[in-house]
Amino acid sequence: MEYAVKALGITHIFGEKSVLSHIDLKIQKGEVFGLLGPSGAGKTTLIKILTGQLKPCEGTAELFGMDTEKLKSSDYRNIGIMMDNFGLYERLSCYDNLKIFTTIYGLPKDRIGEALKSVGLGETGRTAVMRLSKGMKSRMRLARVLLQKPAILFLDEPTSGLDPATASDIHRLLKKEQEKGTTIVLTTHNMSEAARLCGQSVLLNEGHIVEQGSPAEICRRYNHQKKIRLHLYDGRDLEIANASSSARLLEKCLLEELVETIHTTEPSLETVFMELTGRGFD
Amino acid sequence: MNNIKAVLEKQIKDTLKNKTILIQFVMFPALTLIMENLVQIENMPNHFFAKLFSVMYVGMAPLTCMAAILAEEKEQNTLRVLLMSNVKPWEYLMGTGFYIWAICMAGACIFALCGEYAGMSLILFLLTMSVGIITSIILGAAIGTHSKNQMTATSITLPVMMLLSFLPMLSMFNTNIRRAASAFYTQQISMLLQQTDMSWSLKGAGVVLINILIAAVFFICAYRRCGLE
Repeated sequence: MEYAVKALGITHIFGEKSVLSHIDLKIQKGEVFGLLGPSGAGKTTLIKILTGQLKPCEGTAELFGMDTEKLKSSDYRNIGIMMDNFGLYERLSCYDNLKIFTTIYGLPKDRIGEALKSVGLGETGRTAVMRLSKGMKSRMRLARVLLQKPAILFLDEPTSGLDPATASDIHRLLKKEQEKGTTIVLTTHNMSEAARLCGQSVLLNEGHIVEQGSPAEICRRYNHQKKIRLHLYDGRDLEIANASSSARLLEKCLLEELVETIHTTEPSLETVFMELTGRGFD
Repeated sequence: MNNIKAVLEKQIKDTLKNKTILIQFVMFPALTLIMENLVQIENMPNHFFAKLFSVMYVGMAPLTCMAAILAEEKEQNTLRVLLMSNVKPWEYLMGTGFYIWAICMAGACIFALCGEYAGMSLILFLLTMSVGIITSIILGAAIGTHSKNQMTATSITLPVMMLLSFLPMLSMFNTNIRRAASAFYTQQISMLLQQTDMSWSLKGAGVVLINILIAAVFFICAYRRCGLE
């Protein structure tokens, strides 16, 4: 199994507060991996450690087999990092902002148009960044990291504060990047985003991993009710046990064409998190 | 070289849209052009304004611009992005420093034009200005590196700039000030420009060299303490 990221026993303390405690992670190449948790769970700190921006107090992290503490600036050619606080040159146009990085990486200039188009900013090349909306700036940051076609993308809350349509565009874009073989590590406190994008994920709470697996798998694991909910054409909802004892009733409903929709009753990721930690996401 | 070129290109485009930086480069050369051509006072030394403003320019423009550019990049986290994109700190400093030096030297050419320097005196004038500009750039880099944001940078730059720019002018009126000011490179440059042959004295060159070394030590200390991020 080839891993893009390996972390072992990552512990980090700010002052007297433990922000991360004994975090073990393995992220496969080409996977979309979610670091999920509420604000203050340690997601951004973990991203900073995994990208070599921060040295952990304990433990080791590797990116494609390289110790993240020993990453050289040339290694960042293959690592795309989009943090919320990473700035753009506000007075320069979108085109000029990206041109800086094509010069640095020695990339052809037509990549700029491609990158802007891929994030839906194809028409705003000449617009100064200071005139862009928050959502557009977020897409510009994404365009900047996509420009270099990195092998791995680290995205810190990529859709935070964006409207649903823009967020959905970014999701589509990330799916496309994954199809090209890019490994994507993203932090989010939006559970529906995680369920939609992530193949694997960890739930973080106060610096500890409280659960891990694919979002669907985690939800199934905590499906204590084991029921099937039927929504009937007459408007009634019927909950039946997910067991052989319900087979006859289910068959009858289907044969009589009473069923409009069938639902499972596994909990959402929020519900699982609440069950595990006793607290919500917000 | 690619990285220095990228920083340089970025800085050129950014300055054209940044009025606060642009005015620093343009103000004194423009003032000199105006004053040298419009103001004529009896017994005033030859090219008084060209000499006075060129010294003020050396102490002001490179220092404030270098500190402001660095502090803004740190504050907006754009420098961090550059440093994580294969740009080494020295490449960033070289690109920005060279850009400021080149623009200030263009300004110095206007002073030379107004001061009617020619031949050997022109070369000596530009060389002297270049040394002063480089010293101010190093000092500006030290302030910018030490500052977390533009507000801090401005509050440090302002008194330093006042000291370096105005002491040579004030020293014309007071011997005590002149004595104190002679410890600064701007005063040494001012004294040099007053001479017709503009030859460096051993003492003058020594003071400027010590100033450069002190600026370099400030920069190294600031860099070790705060880094560029």
